[in-house]
Amino acid sequence: MTKTERKVHEPLFHISKRDAVSWKRALLVRVITVLGAFLVSGILSWILIGVDPFTFIGKLFEGIFGTERRIWVMLRNLSILLCIALALAPAFKMRFWNIGAEGQVLMGGLATAICMYYLGDKLPEPVVWLCMIVAGIAAGALWAVIPAIFKAFWNTNETLFTLMMNYIAMQLVSFFTNVWVKDGSGTLKNETHLHGIMLPQLGNMYLLPIIVVALLTAGMFVYLKYSKHGYELSVVGESENTARYIGIDVKKVIIRTMAVSGAICGVAGLLLTGAINGTVTTATAGGQGFTAIIVSWLGKFNPLYMILTSFLVVFLDRGMVPLNLTNDAFSAIITGIVFFIIIGCEFFLSYQIKRRHEKAQTVAAEPALIAETQGEARQIEGAETTSQTAEATAQEETQQGEERAQTPEEEDAALLRKIVDKTGEALKKGADAVADTAKKCAQKVKEGAQRCKAFLSEKFRRKDKPQGGEGPADETAETKETEKTDGEDKAE
Amino acid sequence: MKKILAIAASAVLAASMVVGFAGCQGGGVSKDEIKVGFIFLHDETSTYDKNFIDSAKEAAKNLGLKDGQIVLRTNVPEDDSCYEAAADLADSGCDIVFADSFGHESHILKAAREFPDVEFCHATGTQAHTAGVDNFHNAFAEIYEGRYLAGVAAGMKLEEMIEDGKITAAQAKMGYVGAFPYAEVISGFTSFYLGAKSIVPEVTMTVRYTSSWYDEVAEKNTANSLINEGCVLISQHADSLGAPSACEEAGVPNVSYNGSTKSTGPNTYIISSRVNWTPYFEYMINCVLNGEEIATDWVGTLETNSVQILDLNTDVAAEGTQEKLDEVMAQLKAGTLKVFNTDSFTVKGKKLDSYLADVDDAGDYVPETEAISGGYFHESEYRSAPYFDIIIDGITSITT
Repeated sequence: MTKTERKVHEPLFHISKRDAVSWKRALLVRVITVLGAFLVSGILSWILIGVDPFTFIGKLFEGIFGTERRIWVMLRNLSILLCIALALAPAFKMRFWNIGAEGQVLMGGLATAICMYYLGDKLPEPVVWLCMIVAGIAAGALWAVIPAIFKAFWNTNETLFTLMMNYIAMQLVSFFTNVWVKDGSGTLKNETHLHGIMLPQLGNMYLLPIIVVALLTAGMFVYLKYSKHGYELSVVGESENTARYIGIDVKKVIIRTMAVSGAICGVAGLLLTGAINGTVTTATAGGQGFTAIIVSWLGKFNPLYMILTSFLVVFLDRGMVPLNLTNDAFSAIITGIVFFIIIGCEFFLSYQIKRRHEKAQTVAAEPALIAETQGEARQIEGAETTSQTAEATAQEETQQGEERAQTPEEEDAALLRKIVDKTGEALKKGADAVADTAKKCAQKVKEGAQRCKAFLSEKFRRKDKPQGGEGPADETAETKETEKTDGEDKAE
Repeated sequence: MKKILAIAASAVLAASMVVGFAGCQGGGVSKDEIKVGFIFLHDETSTYDKNFIDSAKEAAKNLGLKDGQIVLRTNVPEDDSCYEAAADLADSGCDIVFADSFGHESHILKAAREFPDVEFCHATGTQAHTAGVDNFHNAFAEIYEGRYLAGVAAGMKLEEMIEDGKITAAQAKMGYVGAFPYAEVISGFTSFYLGAKSIVPEVTMTVRYTSSWYDEVAEKNTANSLINEGCVLISQHADSLGAPSACEEAGVPNVSYNGSTKSTGPNTYIISSRVNWTPYFEYMINCVLNGEEIATDWVGTLETNSVQILDLNTDVAAEGTQEKLDEVMAQLKAGTLKVFNTDSFTVKGKKLDSYLADVDDAGDYVPETEAISGGYFHESEYRSAPYFDIIIDGITSITT
């Protein structure tokens, strides 16, 4: 009986899955959320850095679209982030928590730089390019396959494993930098150390990464949506046992998917080192390996949505530049808030919060169910004990068992109903109290608003007639009055 | 749904291609029109960058420039982002673009080649005198003199500790947290050591590196390991508050760099040396205003007030430190005292009569310039960035 009592105790709020929201509504909600997020950021910018919301949002757009160069840089930064997010999508879809993108990108970059350093002056440039491409992609894939093998064969924790691989990659970059840069400055320069090797430009220096990633996006979309591999990895993600049951080689899928994931990270590293920076440092990935996780996740692992989510990240990152801030705390706050709001929106599109008293009604229906199950259990018990005796007696006994069971059933149900009723009453009282307080609060707010209004109108009047001889005297009198009422309110 | 999103995505891309094209080149050099862009590796939380940021603001104020005339870009990494930032500043009409970190140099040089009408100035760099790009300039200061003075203050403190019986002369071991085993750092800690040695001849010093210009945790850990190894005084050439805070926690005296860290270590901070960049910023802006050439390699000195020692903490420093510093400063200014006087140090037990330094920085690491003459090492004379990279006796440099 105590057990049943405990079952009834429900939290005041609980979360349940929401019925599917129509896509029109979902889109509308998302658009409103994004606008709301920017409004909140605008208000914060007003409070924190004294830039009014309109100027703030104007500056964001200026930072992104202000000049032709800014547009190109935005597109290129977007493509690199998108590239890493694309790499993560198959891994996450397979429920393989690859948080080692940072290291995989770095390894891709490092392998590219190794080719540039050791082969740059020995082989013709196109051959070096080819080596860079192969090495960069292979190194990224290798860095992802190692934890995948451990996961597939010994079920090691891939989160920790991939995370630790990041630090190894960073130290390897540090190591090679220290070996190559003999003056000890730790700065690897393209012309001085890497023989000035860069991947060929397409049109201008921004276009190559953009095109490569555009192709990858289309490829990844097809791979995840229409290929057998894409299907297999999503089955493995849903349930490894199901995958095994239908004859999917889970180990193979894990390793293959991570190889793809790492190889695309390697492409990002290759582009960063070979086509953009011309060098590799421990900061080459610049935390994008982690930012890409949120991009991938918010984009629901769909490459097309991911274009939008990575645009959002780059928009905030680059847009904040013209604000001329000497401290990056503000931009970090804004980015955090915008994502917090958007993640919240996504959450409430698929879940809802229910209050307890709604639940209480459903509970009221439940005792019967609980009783039924109990009855069944007793029936089974009864049946077992009588299995050795004759059929007729067995039937009798079962009937008896049922009769016996009915009294406690009813007791339980009655007790439950009592509890539910009482809880209902308490809830009602609570709700009334809340409503009362809310009413009081509303009144207070109303009063406050009136006072504000009075204060503002007074202030504006003062501005309107600053030279008026009588005005100021009147106003001071009024101010005193308002102050008085303030005091009274406080006393209340 | 997918189709619409795809269309939306391509619309965004297309829109971004079309909007904009507002960049225009600033032409005039009148005081009302001049615009100066600054690129900083980190932001105000780094003592190194804060020193530059404060100097930029001060120079603008001294010259009467308005708010919009100096543009500050913080947290610009040492990669292509630096080129993009420089090019963006040039696009938006800056007449001068300045960058503050060693690793920015090649990216600034790239921008300088692309924008011949804009002056590009770079602190701590080494390539201007050989690059042959007219609008690219390096600048630094004879900070080794400031380091020497800070070393004198450290020596005074050690002497006081010996006299008080807290340590013996043999225990007078200092610790130094360096960023990289690079000439700028080596020159700095050697002059610091020589300053201390001029007061306490028995002093020794251990140097450990963090392999990063800014890594608060590594700097703090390195300072702590030096303290555990028995170092009784710590100084640093790295840009965070890591070492000063480790010293304050351990109660070990600290000689700081880039600016006063007295607020971090009120009970352990002695003195700080720094390069005051305001004179250079004023110089480069005035050059452009007057239509004059900016020097390819500009070196600030004690005389130009570019090299400063500041905020002596009399609660921690030994008695008479200020008087001693004034005396040594006068000698340095008069040129009667040379920091790298070859009589004051030995290398592997021998006096140094000749040393070829790698001044041209062509990437070959082949030294080509004789730096010792007249009985001293001529630091910062053949180029602004330091090139003294010798580990002298008494200093243990731990690179692994």
